Amino acid sequence: MKMELIQPFINAADAVLGQSLRCRTSVGEVLMAEDTYQRSGIAAQIGFTGDIEGRIIIDLAPATAAYLASALAGTEISAGDDMAKEAVLELANQVIGNAVTTLNNQGFRFKVLPPEVHLSTQGLSASRDTEALLMSFDTCGGTVFMNIAMRYTSQDEHAAVGA
Amino acid sequence: MEQFAPLRRKKDGQPVRYLVVDDSVFARKNLGKMIETFGGEVAGEAPDGLAAITEYGRVLPDMVLMDITMPQMEGIEAAEKILQKHSDARIVMVSSVGYQENIVAALQRGARHFVQKPVKADVLYEVVKYVMGDDVAVAAIAPDSIADGAHA
Repeated sequence: MKMELIQPFINAADAVLGQSLRCRTSVGEVLMAEDTYQRSGIAAQIGFTGDIEGRIIIDLAPATAAYLASALAGTEISAGDDMAKEAVLELANQVIGNAVTTLNNQGFRFKVLPPEVHLSTQGLSASRDTEALLMSFDTCGGTVFMNIAMRYTSQDEHAAVGA
Repeated sequence: MEQFAPLRRKKDGQPVRYLVVDDSVFARKNLGKMIETFGGEVAGEAPDGLAAITEYGRVLPDMVLMDITMPQMEGIEAAEKILQKHSDARIVMVSSVGYQENIVAALQRGARHFVQKPVKADVLYEVVKYVMGDDVAVAAIAPDSIADGAHA
């Protein structure tokens, strides 16, 4: 997976988490995912199609999701509240939206699909032409996991934009 | 949440009425809270573009805050359809997808402005003032609000 594709997602997650939680965040583990994705908490999945297609999964432990939801809403929200799930969906939406904005400005064309809650214990796996990257962000509210899988749909078009 | 000098409609001194359109309940509630801090009122909500068209006709808001990526019908198409029936509709697109093509497409279809998520309350407040233009007045802030750090 090319760094120029991943970096906008890292930057977007860092910026959105920092602004939403109002605290400093740092990148924790970064691994290439070889197995199918294992959900650890409340996970939101968003797909995208276009010059590059794939999906990202944002995954938070329930307590971290509640912390995020409380920070965004300005009121206390418990881990079991549906608003915690909604907050994770909105976080994923904002991360991918900001990343796609950057990539679009670099010449890639995308369509972002509506987010969905990822309920199964396993997600999409990496395949022959789709690599997946698992990374974590350490925040004041706990660890936020992001799993990115994407592939070029046209190598020629990619080469043409010089990315 | 930060408080702002209330925005009132010049014609009758009433709060500005908003229609909030977003498939995320969380985003709708968050925008609703910001609207409260502007002294406004959420007149209606819709989870997608199709519902927004119906809801607009029902509540006839002063302003629409419209997401772009939604199921059923996306925000740019919904804005266009609302404006075909209500040419004076004030629609502000609010989306995390803020690349130039999206913004241009929305503006070409009649949207008045674009705000990128995550939304900052002070940015949205200024956009609302700008889009409402001469139809809105900034009301005086109560002294206790000033002491609480209200935004002038």
